[in-house]
Amino acid sequence: MAKLTKKQKRKIKRAAGSTVNLLFKLFVSVLFLFPFYWMVTTSFKPYLETLKFPPTLWPQDFTFEGYIHVFQELDILSYIKNTLIVTGTVIVIQLFVNVPAAYAFAKWKFKGQGLMWGIVMTGFMIPGQLTFMTVYFMFADWGILRTLWPQIIPTCASAFSIFLLRQNFKQIPEELVESAKLDGSSEWKILWRLMVPMSKATMVTTILFSFINHWNAYFWPLVMTRDESLKPITLAIERLKNLEQGLNYTDIMAGNVILVLPLVILFLLASKKIIQAMAYRGMK
Amino acid sequence: MCEVLKGGRTMRETEVKLSEKLSETEVKSSENPPEKKKRKSHLGRRFLGILPPYIMTLPAMVSFLLFTIYPIVDMIILSFYEWNGLTERKWVGLGNYDYLFNIQIDFKIALKNTLVYTVAVVFFLLLFALIFAVWLQKDSRINAFVQRVMFFPHLCAMLAISVVFSWLMDENGLFNAVLSFFNLPGLRWLNDSTTAMISVVIVAVWKGIGYQALLLLSALKSIPADIFEAAELDNTPPLRKFFRITIPLLSPQLFFMLITITLNSFKVFDSVRVMTGGGPGKSTLVLVYYIYEYAQANLKYGVAAAAGVVLLIFLLILTVIYFRLIGKRVHYQ
Repeated sequence: MAKLTKKQKRKIKRAAGSTVNLLFKLFVSVLFLFPFYWMVTTSFKPYLETLKFPPTLWPQDFTFEGYIHVFQELDILSYIKNTLIVTGTVIVIQLFVNVPAAYAFAKWKFKGQGLMWGIVMTGFMIPGQLTFMTVYFMFADWGILRTLWPQIIPTCASAFSIFLLRQNFKQIPEELVESAKLDGSSEWKILWRLMVPMSKATMVTTILFSFINHWNAYFWPLVMTRDESLKPITLAIERLKNLEQGLNYTDIMAGNVILVLPLVILFLLASKKIIQAMAYRGMK
Repeated sequence: MCEVLKGGRTMRETEVKLSEKLSETEVKSSENPPEKKKRKSHLGRRFLGILPPYIMTLPAMVSFLLFTIYPIVDMIILSFYEWNGLTERKWVGLGNYDYLFNIQIDFKIALKNTLVYTVAVVFFLLLFALIFAVWLQKDSRINAFVQRVMFFPHLCAMLAISVVFSWLMDENGLFNAVLSFFNLPGLRWLNDSTTAMISVVIVAVWKGIGYQALLLLSALKSIPADIFEAAELDNTPPLRKFFRITIPLLSPQLFFMLITITLNSFKVFDSVRVMTGGGPGKSTLVLVYYIYEYAQANLKYGVAAAAGVVLLIFLLILTVIYFRLIGKRVHYQ
């Protein structure tokens, strides 16, 4: 065989390198996609097939058993309903709590501002894992433990949303606010007609975060709810896991698919937006 | 950069629309008699002038005072009492702290486990995030795809991920099937006190890598390209480029991530609750799980509160560092 020129050698080397590189990237993708694949395929296997060792990679007898159980015996719809009510209410109330607060912190100077900002930042830092004991007894005193309010009220003010919105409001030029004031617009009008429309992207980001956080909420509802009828979807999955000693993986995975599916759809629709928002959050 | 430009454009657009809207309202308001405004006394107007920010922040302030500040103060007070949630609180002084550190050993185990978990998660997350960020740095379709695939678990509930991994790590699960395929002995994963903690760490790292790599990628993008170009011209070997240029330039972001990951790792609960329940033995008992158990199951709220105070101190120290860091960043921008 004829000797390869230096150029050809380099070309081959580079091609081999990029192929290995590509294969490795595919391998990593599989590593991160496979658990989801496993979750979905398990949910379609009959119970007895999940006990086989080594496990089957694709369901031999395709079945909807798991989903039928989850919908009929567990009544997962009522759990989903709770999650949606809580999430929806929180998002609406958050709008009226966080937006005005962020506006005040961004565009006003007032006595006690530093202290009040400090309180907001404390809210940023203290997790529910520390406050739940007191808050639970407080709600017991108020007599609202048998409602969905304990899952709603404590998250209505979000330090993170206030922080993000304040940053955004600050960037809106002062002259615009001044000229609106000269035109005789009230503070309320300036806020909702000027500030909010100019901060659409940030508003969407905060709503997105609220949705993801509440859809996935686990610890807080776990410590706040006793009644099965008040529990959100995450606790339905936990209940599935506790039924039958947590061995019926068909049912568990069927429930899990329902828990993850909305997030998959959300990510497929808006992955760029979500990634941007998350990157911003992590950098600030 | 791109985002800023876009924001600027939309801002200008809305500005035009808004001035139209505002001029509309101007016409309407001019129909009202202007005397109405004058009727308010000078003093009253001044008073109203300083009121709006307080009204606007009131709901948020009430919420933070009720659901953050008061519970924290109450928790600190409660940590000096014995209480089962029903009867009167009984003063015990430092008794609960004595219980934590001297009488029982579970708390010290929980503290140790939390530290082990945190150190392991921080180390592996930063290491892998760095490797993946540098590896997937170039703008290409496949890189964008891998980044997205790696990122997705971050969106899912820890509960969902933990449930899937408990199944994968089942003794008859897929991981052991893979091991037996390579003729290796199966592991007991979550059912063995020596491997349970490692298993919990694996899940946390798997879930977090994509997000942390994303943060590093955006930090890498903000490094001026000419620095790397200069290194290329000088024919700097890649490893040296990595250690002498990339890492030092990323170090502020790396340190920032170190703090946030530590903060979050200290609060670990969901994965432990779903996968191991603190066991086997007490091998995965962590701080928050300890607090949860003492409050919910044992009804020893005083002890739980004292453990909460210890966690609070850790979080405080980390948060102070965190805000110092943010302060510095804003300063140099």
